[in-house]
Amino acid sequence: MPLTAQLQNAEDIAHVHEGILHSPFHRRTSALNINEQWVPWNGYAAAAYYADAHLEYFATRNTCAVFDVSPMRKYRFQGADAQAMLDRMVTRDVSAQAVDTVAYNVWCTDAGRVVDDGTLFRLAHDEFMVCCADPCFDWFQLAAIGFERLEISDISDDVAALALQGPTSCALLKAMGFTGIENCKPFQIVRFPYADGEITISRTGYTGDLGYELWLEPRHAEQLWDDLFSTGKLYGIQPLGDESLDMARLEAGFIAPDVDFHGSLHTVDLHHDHSPFELGLGWIVNFKKPHFTGRAALQKEKESGNYRRLFKLDIEGNKPAEHSILYSSKKCSQEIGYVTSAMWSPVVKANIAYGLIDPKYINGEIWAEVYHQKELRWYRKVARCTRVTKPFWSPQRARQTPPPDC
Amino acid sequence: MKTKYDAIVIGAGHNGLTNAAYLAKSGLDVLVVEKNDYIGGAAVSRELHEGWLYSNCSYVCSLLRQSIHRDLDLTRHGLMIVPYSGTTNFTRTGDYIAEYGDHDMQYREIKRHSLRDADAMHRYESDLMRYAKLIRHFLLRTPADPTSLKPRDLGEMIFMAKKFAGMGEEQVYEFIRFMTMSAGDFLNEYFENDLVKTLYSTSSIIGTALGVYSPGTAYVLLHHVMGDVDGAVGAWGLARGGMGAISNAIAGALKEHGGEILTNAPVAQIIVKNNCATGVALENGDELYADIVVSNLDPKRTFTGIMDKNDIPADLHKKARNFKIRGSSGKVNIALTGMPDFPSLPRGHKLRNGSFQFLDSMERMERAYDCWKHGRWSDDPFIEMTQSSNWDPTLAAPGNYFVSCFIQYCPAEVEGGWTPEKRDAFGKTVIDQICNYSPNFRDLIAHMEVRTPFEIENEIGLTEGNIFQGELTIDQLMFNRPFPGYSQYRGPVKGMYMCGSGTHPGGGVSSACGANSAREILLDLKRPNIVPEDDVDE
Repeated sequence: MPLTAQLQNAEDIAHVHEGILHSPFHRRTSALNINEQWVPWNGYAAAAYYADAHLEYFATRNTCAVFDVSPMRKYRFQGADAQAMLDRMVTRDVSAQAVDTVAYNVWCTDAGRVVDDGTLFRLAHDEFMVCCADPCFDWFQLAAIGFERLEISDISDDVAALALQGPTSCALLKAMGFTGIENCKPFQIVRFPYADGEITISRTGYTGDLGYELWLEPRHAEQLWDDLFSTGKLYGIQPLGDESLDMARLEAGFIAPDVDFHGSLHTVDLHHDHSPFELGLGWIVNFKKPHFTGRAALQKEKESGNYRRLFKLDIEGNKPAEHSILYSSKKCSQEIGYVTSAMWSPVVKANIAYGLIDPKYINGEIWAEVYHQKELRWYRKVARCTRVTKPFWSPQRARQTPPPDC
Repeated sequence: MKTKYDAIVIGAGHNGLTNAAYLAKSGLDVLVVEKNDYIGGAAVSRELHEGWLYSNCSYVCSLLRQSIHRDLDLTRHGLMIVPYSGTTNFTRTGDYIAEYGDHDMQYREIKRHSLRDADAMHRYESDLMRYAKLIRHFLLRTPADPTSLKPRDLGEMIFMAKKFAGMGEEQVYEFIRFMTMSAGDFLNEYFENDLVKTLYSTSSIIGTALGVYSPGTAYVLLHHVMGDVDGAVGAWGLARGGMGAISNAIAGALKEHGGEILTNAPVAQIIVKNNCATGVALENGDELYADIVVSNLDPKRTFTGIMDKNDIPADLHKKARNFKIRGSSGKVNIALTGMPDFPSLPRGHKLRNGSFQFLDSMERMERAYDCWKHGRWSDDPFIEMTQSSNWDPTLAAPGNYFVSCFIQYCPAEVEGGWTPEKRDAFGKTVIDQICNYSPNFRDLIAHMEVRTPFEIENEIGLTEGNIFQGELTIDQLMFNRPFPGYSQYRGPVKGMYMCGSGTHPGGGVSSACGANSAREILLDLKRPNIVPEDDVDE
């Protein structure tokens, strides 16, 4: 090959976009983001909050709120081997998952360390969609080794998605003409004609309350937003930003990637990643399956009992234990772990957190060293933590079919 | 039916229920007796018109002690406090002045009316916050008796002295001055613009038979900003499901701990034998017995109504008669079939969902009070209209609205006595004023409930319909509430206690009176204290 370069015109090259990317809803979300508060999410602009984070958070518990989930990574798995391939990759039994249902899943390395978590949508016998917060395409290719009758594609930019969450969400969808939506059970998928296409609605979400996620082609995105907000006016609809969603998910007992756990593939230091048991995800590790990636290591870990625990904590006082180190006594002489997420919960009226505790100390007392500020001056307090086994927020309506109207 | 309990609480208002819940939680066998066929007293939600749930007495919430909410697990029992924000005070010129929840917005709004006042707002808020933080230390504590040499009282006096001294000498003087000032004089020390002063003055007269220029109203203003929602001092919230959700949740906690509630059971008298309370006689003649009898009724009703004058010291009887519990406010609760227009605020405006008021000058505030002094309801009343259903989807179906109007002033007695005609004329005065600012308001009314102090007294049992169970003036606060010598929740006979808003720390849906009273009862019974302290981390 000659050493001379074949120059192209710069304009013929598909240069990457400089700066932040926009979701299909951006024209609508930016109009409502009156304080111009954005956070980057997978390179996309996600609203930190719109007008008032507190009010928007309360909409998830009192009325309904809309979160733009479009920057989530979405992958399509299609082919005769799709089920078998996914069944080997994730910890739950995919063969038992019915068509048109969703299952929360986690996938691990051979060492039983968590790569990522996400939701697995079974759209047909041989077609699935995986939604996860971080890009996973490379891992999916690795996980598909040996399976030939299968195509995996990144459909992130082909699907626009909104989460509609809160007690009036079902009533709103009914009022928008999605008749029968009230019969949709938790984790079920239903479809309706919409505009000149189709909308897929799953009864899923990240708030722990009654709620749905709406999936459709990006070309219908703005119409969906407008329909939601025009009918939603009478249902107390609010846009929801990242800050408020983070509060809701912590109350609901959900973990967040890159907050409560560090994906194994990106982890440099030993022990900075996690097993599903450490994250409280033992309930989705199905050892009845003859094989899945990480099974042997996880079986061994479970039997040993020697793993850290991510505990839900109720902490005395009202100062969130953000970034706190945890100790075995009020004297703070023995470190036993650290807080991964913490907040004051306005609905539960409790000071809640997740704390990752070393195995030796899981049955003992837990104390958090909390720093807080009053008029710039820093104060330190040591607060007793109580273990909580159930989600902090888990209203009945989230499980009821049909759910109540408000 | 069982007739013997460890403790009987009279009145299933929120303080009575709180008191009973703590006694039951401590292991006592507790009965709450209630005259109405529903519980909640003045914290109540009732479907008074089909399809509309009326949060028809108290209507917003800020003082409810967070530590009690948390300790009694009221969320699990169905309680959610939803914060709301925004108050708009419409002016006769068609403009308005507003209070925003957002600080920067508030600054801009005040600046729109006065540059100097916008800056003065920071000084005003800091000073008021200092006083609020001071008072907040004492809400879930029993007031010290300054004449007592008991170690506990001395300890409380030292605690109080330390908190006062913590403000610095100059601020102690300022605070003492503040406690005796009128809201008008206090606001004059910060603001020049009459509209700004009017906006901030409205909470100084709510529930109080005083005017904005009457000494003591500065404290009433503070009483309305010393509560909080999730640590945001001064913020207000609504209970999802109406204020009855608070009473229902506390009743849930009570029942969980084995307590019972008997409705339709008005008490005729507290039975006293050998200077000890031994039970209650109901109006139907039934007698129920307990060694602990707690009255959640106001002090006047308790000591001049359901206690025999021969069972109590004559001096106490006199103090109860003289107790200031004057009716000064009414309520008009309205079911609307559509969203009313307020042309000054376009639909979708941030303030559109908040509270509305319609008085635009300190002079009109004072003149409204003049009517009350002369035994008439104000012909140009102060109205606080809370659009409750804009925040709470459970009150009315989508497209319908429930609004709650608090009205000041309305006397407990009018010439010739209250009649349904006079009550409706009072209601018309209110609607007329609202219609000055909302042309289509009247057309949307599906149903309305008008309550003068007469109705409030007869339905709820609050003497003269006073919402605080006694005025919040310095002669009736702290160790003077309800009377000197009776501020520690104990009545004049053994086993008799008080737990209503007539005791410290006074009116508002706080649960603090009921909880403080429970603490004293448990102390007398030599049982461990289970009543939580306040979260004062802020």
